[in-house]
Amino acid sequence: MRGIISLVCGIIFGFGLTVASMTNPEKVLGFLNIFGAWDPSLAFVMAGAILITSPMLYLQKHKVKPWFADNFSLPTFKEIDKNLILGATLFGIGWGLIGLCPGPAIASLALLNINSIIFLISMISAFFIVQVIRR
Amino acid sequence: MTIINFTPIEAFLGGLIIGFSVVLFYIANGRIAGISGIVNNSIFSNVNRFDNILFVIGLVIGPILYKIIINPEINFNISNSIPLLIAAGFLVGVGTKIGSGCTSGHGICGISRFSKRSIVATLIFMISAILTVFIKGLL
Repeated sequence: MRGIISLVCGIIFGFGLTVASMTNPEKVLGFLNIFGAWDPSLAFVMAGAILITSPMLYLQKHKVKPWFADNFSLPTFKEIDKNLILGATLFGIGWGLIGLCPGPAIASLALLNINSIIFLISMISAFFIVQVIRR
Repeated sequence: MTIINFTPIEAFLGGLIIGFSVVLFYIANGRIAGISGIVNNSIFSNVNRFDNILFVIGLVIGPILYKIIINPEINFNISNSIPLLIAAGFLVGVGTKIGSGCTSGHGICGISRFSKRSIVATLIFMISAILTVFIKGLL
């Protein structure tokens, strides 16, 4: 059952990204271009999503069990450390250069665009490199 | 300030749909729908690997479904510069891995849970991305 839920959630997520045009890097760059001709759409995507997801905190506090798992798996690390700050900074630079973050980069595979595939290969190579260095 | 290409209704609706996916993944599977984490774990972790791979496959099916039932045309405008694409992909990969999250994990899930780490991360990557776009515009 968990597998079916995962597949369905992935489909809904990718569908929502497309409805919001967040698969389009131009749309994302338009949002980040706050000091120029600005497209506020991304803020509405975040607002819509958070409006729905904020009750999650309620579930978490009241320790309701998930339907198909023994417990909620949540990040346990709470500290704001160097890795978080450095990572978020680097991610922001990469995101601002092209307008793709991991979700839309994966979803855009559906469009078979060679440029987004180049981005994706580079992103996944980076995952491997960090993984190897960490070991 | 000039506002262009603003599509508030589609954006808000898409956001609600994404939020629904995040909530379902949480209440059913007990997990946070952070895409960079799911992709990483589908490659490097044996825990829930099958679920993670299925989520990633679903993420690609989503736009295909949109093409079939809503609109066969999906706008996709991306830079043609190969060095820029490689550099950006690399930075997004390194950044989300060492920063433990991206727009979905920190931006949507983390903020909803009032995670201090995620709120800080989201502020930083937003500012960093906005500055990047600003500086790129000057060049």
